[in-house]
Amino acid sequence: MTESYLIRGAEPLGGGATDLLLRDGRIVEIGPGLDAADATVIAADGLVALPGLVDLHTHLREPGREDAETVTSGSAAAALGGFTAVHAMANTDPVADTAGVVEQVWNLGRDAGHCDVHPIGAVTVGLRGERLAELGAMADSAARVRVFSDDGKCVSDAVLMRRALEYVKAFDGVVAQHAQEPRLTEGAQMNEGELSGVLGLRGWPAVAEEAIIARDALLAGHVGSRLHVCHVSTAGSVEIVRWAKQKGWDITAEVTPHHLLLTDELAATYDPIYKVNPPLRTAEDVEALRGALADGTIDVVATDHAPHTVEDKECEWAAAAFGMLGLETALSIAQQTMVDAGRLDWAGVADRMSTRPARIGRLEGQGRPLAEGETANLVLYDPTVTRAIDPTESASLSRNTPYAGRELPGRVVATFLRGRPTVLDRKLA
Amino acid sequence: MDRHLLSASDLSSDDAALVLDTAEEMRSVAERPIKKLPTLRGRTVVNLFFEDSTRTRISFEVAAKRLSADTINFTAKGSSVSKGESLKDTALTLQAIGADAVVVRHHDSGAPHRLAHAGWIDGSVVNAGDGTHEHPTQALLDAFTMRRHLGDLKGRRIVIVGDVLHSRVARSNALLLSTLGAEVTLVGPPTLLPVGVERWPVEISYDLDQALAKCDAVMMLRVQKERMNASYFPSAREYARRYGLDTRRMALLPEHAVVLHPGPMNRGMEITADVADAARSLIVEQVTNGVAIRMAVLYLLLSGAPPDSRLRDGGGLDGVENDHEPAIAGAAEEGAS
Repeated sequence: MTESYLIRGAEPLGGGATDLLLRDGRIVEIGPGLDAADATVIAADGLVALPGLVDLHTHLREPGREDAETVTSGSAAAALGGFTAVHAMANTDPVADTAGVVEQVWNLGRDAGHCDVHPIGAVTVGLRGERLAELGAMADSAARVRVFSDDGKCVSDAVLMRRALEYVKAFDGVVAQHAQEPRLTEGAQMNEGELSGVLGLRGWPAVAEEAIIARDALLAGHVGSRLHVCHVSTAGSVEIVRWAKQKGWDITAEVTPHHLLLTDELAATYDPIYKVNPPLRTAEDVEALRGALADGTIDVVATDHAPHTVEDKECEWAAAAFGMLGLETALSIAQQTMVDAGRLDWAGVADRMSTRPARIGRLEGQGRPLAEGETANLVLYDPTVTRAIDPTESASLSRNTPYAGRELPGRVVATFLRGRPTVLDRKLA
Repeated sequence: MDRHLLSASDLSSDDAALVLDTAEEMRSVAERPIKKLPTLRGRTVVNLFFEDSTRTRISFEVAAKRLSADTINFTAKGSSVSKGESLKDTALTLQAIGADAVVVRHHDSGAPHRLAHAGWIDGSVVNAGDGTHEHPTQALLDAFTMRRHLGDLKGRRIVIVGDVLHSRVARSNALLLSTLGAEVTLVGPPTLLPVGVERWPVEISYDLDQALAKCDAVMMLRVQKERMNASYFPSAREYARRYGLDTRRMALLPEHAVVLHPGPMNRGMEITADVADAARSLIVEQVTNGVAIRMAVLYLLLSGAPPDSRLRDGGGLDGVENDHEPAIAGAAEEGAS
């Protein structure tokens, strides 16, 4: 029998304060004034209780770049960010395109124990966009892969994309597309607009994302498959996703925290800490993304947590790697951009950061309501504090957070994975 | 003036006028038997070139030497990350040897900005051309050259022709000439004009003949023939026909108008040999003036005088006959208005 926890005075989904009793991996009782002599009491007055967060888009870098992140360090960062499950992207070395690699990642996650680690399988062998990887073998493996993506690269071949969308229907999988028309973005460095012209950095035009999303939506509609669109970054993409959903097609989309907060103007610093793919866009795009997340056109917030070593960022802009950390700041940015701005309540945040991503990933026991009898995956969050972001405090092996020196609202106080604390008192348990 | 010169936009109209006026004095040095001033004796200027550019490097080197600075040439070819030392380590090395100024040419846009602002070095950074971003001393020498022939550039019409998209010269010139009050028109095929250029402080035209008829100066940009392989234009021949400067087009220019080219030229592509060698072509003079401008920039960044006093006493050039005070005082007044 595992330890029991009595959480006192928490506010589920930001509602009225109550107590929650966790025992044997489940929420066994919810109500005011609970009593359990054998349970460890967690004082949670003023803390918001949310179902454990689920990230659909995480780069854990293992195998291959253990100098930037490992499954252990990345999943620790996830737990500290309130996540109880993450999906590990396939662009490792070797690529997660076989049952062997996905099982390795899955086992590493299970051994680390900070949160559930669900490998994403590559759509094509070696992410090369030439032929399908053994999607069925990965689906049937111990890792039970349901999300497939060549993230970092776009499945740009229309026939290959169509086949992938069709093929994964056999095991209820979903293809998560990194929408980037490759020819339109050769050598691209930042959002294409007035600023890219002034800075002399090669532009990454919005149309390169939107054209692929439009094509994929039409393909998914045509073959009746599920499509998930990774890191939507432009107002035009929002319109296309909205249109596709109105058609009744089974399309979901994600937005990253950084695309909800940061804009392309930061590129004027030439500091590659702000270099990310897709690039930071304009204030109008940010506004459209927030609106789309609020009205559900965009289903989920996904971090695209992308650790990189110092030397891959402390260099010229063009020489630097794309990507930024995200796991430990995602909930704070959701609070700042959506909750504090009055666009989502905490129930909405739970829906976008737990319920819907778990459903898209077909996860069991994740993204469930905070209710008696449910698996005890939950996070306690203090929305009243403000914290200055210090990159050296991150559990990630990398330091490439774009929020260094910024003040962000809120912080995770505790995270429970199947009734066991992975984070307690703001620290790894 | 700022401690660094990274972009033409770093210069206010006062700053720009000060540089141009100072260069005027520096140019007179070049006409003396002993072309040397003791001004920067004991200061170290590093020419840090990540990209081949013999002409710009030599120009900066001569400029620094005429000011009696110690000069070091540091050539680091290739991508700094894939081959050899990182930009940061190179910068730390230069800091350790005590570089007072780093003149940097780099194939990546923004590399000088990184050098200046990443906290790696204390010295002044001068952008000697970065990627497709800027080349501010080229713009200054172009403005200087035009000013010598046209007088004050305020209200002057200047046409810049060619591959604006990939040209750091065009960016710096558009900014600086606008600061100086000139009316700039960019001409080129739409494929070679950057997205968002309509919001720059310039006019845009696709018709070179029309633009030439009423301009005071025309600046031809180097166009690489290889651009046609990426479909920026169909062929070198068509490019030359539509956007090249030949004798027929030169005849469209007003009598007083001058022709510039930052070099190196593709004769027969953006400019014909006849035009390049014509009397109104200032291409060789641009090179001479480049040294004077770079002397002025290094002097103003390194001479150690606080910026206020520099403005007030016109620089107080050691060993230079200062007969340009009115111009400098005038520039200061202009900025105050």
